[in-house]
Amino acid sequence: MTSYLEFEKPVAALEARIAELRAIADNGDLDIAQELQRLERKSADLLETTYANLSPWQKTQVARHPQRPHFRDYVAEMFDDFMPLGGDRLYGEDEAILGGFATLNGRKVMLIGHEKGHDTQSRIRHNFGMGKPEGYRKAIRLMELAGRFELPVVTLVDTSGAFPGIEAEERGQAEAIARSTEACLGLPVPMVATIVGEGGSGGAVALASAERVLMLENAVYSVISPEGCASILWRTGEKAPAAAEAMKVTAQDLAELGVIDRIVKEPIGGAHRDPKTTAANLSAAISEELDALSQMDSGQLKLMREERFLAIGRF
Amino acid sequence: MSWLNRVRNSLPFGSKRETSDHLWTKCPNCSQMIFSKEYEENLYVCPRCDYHGRIGADARLNQLLDAGYDLLAQPVVKEDPLKFRDSKRYTDRLKQARAKSAHNDAFSVGAGTIEGRKAVVGVQDFMFMAGSMGMAVGEAFCQGAERALRDRSAYIVVTAAGGARMQEGILSLMQMPKATVMTRRLREAGLPYIVVLSDPTTGGVTASYAMLGDVQIAEPGALIGFAGQRVIQETIREQLPDGFQRAEYLHKHGMVDRVVHRKDLRSELATILDYLQPAHAA
Repeated sequence: MTSYLEFEKPVAALEARIAELRAIADNGDLDIAQELQRLERKSADLLETTYANLSPWQKTQVARHPQRPHFRDYVAEMFDDFMPLGGDRLYGEDEAILGGFATLNGRKVMLIGHEKGHDTQSRIRHNFGMGKPEGYRKAIRLMELAGRFELPVVTLVDTSGAFPGIEAEERGQAEAIARSTEACLGLPVPMVATIVGEGGSGGAVALASAERVLMLENAVYSVISPEGCASILWRTGEKAPAAAEAMKVTAQDLAELGVIDRIVKEPIGGAHRDPKTTAANLSAAISEELDALSQMDSGQLKLMREERFLAIGRF
Repeated sequence: MSWLNRVRNSLPFGSKRETSDHLWTKCPNCSQMIFSKEYEENLYVCPRCDYHGRIGADARLNQLLDAGYDLLAQPVVKEDPLKFRDSKRYTDRLKQARAKSAHNDAFSVGAGTIEGRKAVVGVQDFMFMAGSMGMAVGEAFCQGAERALRDRSAYIVVTAAGGARMQEGILSLMQMPKATVMTRRLREAGLPYIVVLSDPTTGGVTASYAMLGDVQIAEPGALIGFAGQRVIQETIREQLPDGFQRAEYLHKHGMVDRVVHRKDLRSELATILDYLQPAHAA
């Protein structure tokens, strides 16, 4: 069952009609193949035009779609031999941020990313992808390990933000995020980060301070959620669509601002309609980036990464 | 402010602003009326309840550095890159903030000495758009670090911020890794980086350069945290503990080295600088 977003209602109506007709066609010998074909084409066209003209706020909804592929889906589709590694050695194991050894198109990498979960039970287990200090400290540990054994680091970023809670604050959420950002910047090995869904503020930056930053076509990346921004600057969360527009949160806007390097195509209708194709596109893009980066030595990589961030704001 | 000011403002001499702003100050914590001159001499700490008031960049630099320090020029950055507009234009908000400030943005840097020890001091000014971190703040932070690298001196940063400057969108967020590049370079150069957390320091500022000091000092009572208290309350729907996210609370949880009264700050920093001599030549 596909779940439809508000702006997909016309597509939903068409697809429902198609399903109905198909059921009739299967049952009887009524020849409605032509009518079916016509409707299917119409529906596909409508989906394409809808997705070609998404507003920043609509993209935010696609990025948060409950059926959007998450970390575990990409692991299953793109990587071989994922071996999760757990714990920060200080406090605990945080399943909002997963990481471990994995192989991408024959290349051994350290894979780290947020996992949001796909149903109530797994969402609770993964805390909706909102990392705690121990999650970020695990990421730091894995990055340092990757650096020592020359494993490129691949991150998949997908979080509404780091977890805002009493215990997270007590255990140093801010410090953990700052140190994780610092660990990214100090890596002597290639690092490619991809925003696959939501890139929510500091909780995203902590895993995205890489020399190459990619974004899926319908992902969003921002300093604060549109709702949060609207409630502070407009004093009402209802202005979230305006805030999403004003803040420039889409992959297309961020590529123009020079904050990301590459947009990875999603299938028509969004990643959730075809996770396999999405993963294949992503796999090819990351591999290409790693191929290019593997030509550089650790000094060049670090400098490239540093210069990329130092340049932001400079003329 | 009460009858006193009404009477004062109706007097024919002096501008209204001067009289109401400058002669008396009301302590935001205990509401005591303090003679402004006394408040200033007490480093903007309430003499009655010890509340540490928020202070501007110049006042802070004057408190910490020996006289005759070098004030760095404010960096020029792209202004309003997103053409941002909420209920007001961002450019208008900037204009307003500048009219009330001696500076162009929320981060100022002085290079000089602290009780004779060489130091570069960066100060974030909460009075300028809540100290929020945009490109100008990030760039000024980096230029301060570059000056410290050039002078081979310590870099001391006094933080105060509501967080990132939303009106600069993702570009404000990118100041987190940008500033962190420089804290790493200081460390690689063997130079000390010392953070003084003042009230309030929250959001993306806390989650980057404000928590990366070799020594972390906090002013008494300062609010320091990642997430805002309202956001936390809405998320977990629990009562927040007493003193949550205050300097003393962070100290108890191992997040800062020392909570230091403002009157002792200058001499403590001098002592720390004596211990943290630049490790090796560049």
